Amino acid sequence: MKKRFKVNKLITYLLLSVAAVISLLPLYWVFSTSLQLKSFQDEELERPTSYVNANPPKMYPIGITEYLEHWGKARDAEKAGDAEQEAYHREVMSMIVKDTFSGFKNLFEKNQMGMWFFNSLYIGIVVTIGILLLDSMAGYVLAKKRFPGRNLIFWLIISTMMIPSQVTLVPMFIMIRDLGLMDTHWALILPDLSMVFGVFLMRQFMLSIPDELIEAAKIDGASEWKTYWKIVLPLARPGLAALGIFTFMNVWNSFLWPIIVLNSAKLYTLPVGLKTLQDANLADFKLLMSGAAIAAIPMIIVFLIFQRHFVKGLTLGGVKE
Amino acid sequence: MQLSARFKNAGESLKRTGKQMRKNYAAYLFLLPKLILFTLFIAIPVVWAFLLSFQEYQIIEANTFAGIDNYLKVFQSEAFRQALLNTTIYTVVTVPFNVITALIAASLIHSLGRFAQNFFRAAFYLPTVTSMVIIAMVWRWMYNYEFGLFNHVMGWFGMEPINWLGQTDSALWAIIIMQMLIPFGVGIILYMASMSSISDSLYEAATIDGANAFQKWLKITIPMLTPSTVYLTLLSTIGSFQVFTQIILMTGGGPGYATETLVHLIYKTGFRDFEFGLAAAQSVVLFVIIFIISVLQYKVLNRNK
Repeated sequence: MKKRFKVNKLITYLLLSVAAVISLLPLYWVFSTSLQLKSFQDEELERPTSYVNANPPKMYPIGITEYLEHWGKARDAEKAGDAEQEAYHREVMSMIVKDTFSGFKNLFEKNQMGMWFFNSLYIGIVVTIGILLLDSMAGYVLAKKRFPGRNLIFWLIISTMMIPSQVTLVPMFIMIRDLGLMDTHWALILPDLSMVFGVFLMRQFMLSIPDELIEAAKIDGASEWKTYWKIVLPLARPGLAALGIFTFMNVWNSFLWPIIVLNSAKLYTLPVGLKTLQDANLADFKLLMSGAAIAAIPMIIVFLIFQRHFVKGLTLGGVKE
Repeated sequence: MQLSARFKNAGESLKRTGKQMRKNYAAYLFLLPKLILFTLFIAIPVVWAFLLSFQEYQIIEANTFAGIDNYLKVFQSEAFRQALLNTTIYTVVTVPFNVITALIAASLIHSLGRFAQNFFRAAFYLPTVTSMVIIAMVWRWMYNYEFGLFNHVMGWFGMEPINWLGQTDSALWAIIIMQMLIPFGVGIILYMASMSSISDSLYEAATIDGANAFQKWLKITIPMLTPSTVYLTLLSTIGSFQVFTQIILMTGGGPGYATETLVHLIYKTGFRDFEFGLAAAQSVVLFVIIFIISVLQYKVLNRNK
């Protein structure tokens, strides 16, 4: 009986590991290709010029082993007192380093990767802060106040959550154009701030805050704003964290609307920049994967740090239907 | 008499409402900023989209009433029919597969220790936090005919290379396979959360009745997870009907109309050809399709209750 149990466990681990490899392979391939040697040529060894397009494919950035190989040879040459050989290997080593990171260098020097990164970051932060403030205010009164029109407003907001966002693309385009906001960051920020999912989420979350605390604050003579700012917001912190992370992620990854309204390269966000990068360099996969890597890293870091809040946010929005 | 009494009542109730509104002015102030944004950038555009769909509206020449011309054009166009067919095939294959594999993965992970749970959950959720733009770019690279990873790996097993994205008969399937192999991270996390809230006493009772692990899974876990299954199926179906990023970055809808999808067609019609009225009509049709499917799915999946 016990033995069978162990076999089951082994099969479970095996299945999940295979699935995890499939899950992570594309991401690994982004990073591996971005660091692969591309135009490096080692005449002595007569290796192919591009390891990115090698056959069979190199499963890891070959620069790592090449570098170590030449490092060893340089040391041997040093020991043997062969200054010429040593200098040769040292030069190859520096070429390897240069070539490994050439994709990133190209992105920042010949393309405006730094600018795109900055745009994505600041738009993400502005929208996230705005959403947290607006949606927690709206969610608070919808959950805790009774006033005429409350239910109407709530159901109006909820019912639009069912409408796919593509429906509003054309009218929004005309509106943004007529407001003179085409090809500005306002064209991204304003529509993003009007997303309603957070209102729903914050309302659900605020329902669980005990009324007594709010009443107590009122009795102590706190103004509405003070009650919200000092009592309600701190209690809603877990909900805010979850909403903040999801908002930032959505804005950071947002693609369809930005490619419609942004035309100037210096205003691009990362996803738009990546698309134009691909349109202009269809076959330069080292360059493309370098760009993809830079766009992927921040979200991976955010996820690894705030994993708990991701889980919380998903279960808040989903299970408590 | 009756009439004036009614007026009096109405007047009083209006007065009462007015009084309450004054008393609650803070509540309205709290709502106001969001409400303004909501009205401007969601409510008005939604109504406008419906109006636009009945208008002839190219980029500048605006506002001639066109009746149902746009809708006729939508259903007569080959591109739209092909897009609808492709999107449907894509959804019918990927949604059930992804929901079922998420259920299986979550069940397997759930049986493990805490550390292993966290590890696998992270491994399966990571692709979900990564932008679809990045995923699409790297899959386009892996599908590359000459140098792509897949054709190399297939070569090891003696298989002929496939021009995955460049052929009419394989392009849509390449997109579908990609979607099947990206783990449904949201599903896995939600299923795991729901599983941990199933009461242990159910399983204990089943153990006493002599049920084995698989029977317990089939007869307790799966039925208890029905609300999650309904939610996840709806969620991924709606998402699936909006597939766009992969298409524009990997195939551009081609070759021909082989991978044309509804949202990609709306994008092309609206923002490459600037046929605003037609694009609005297409998007209204998309909305109606999504709405009908959501209601149907909700009814069918909930019928056992």
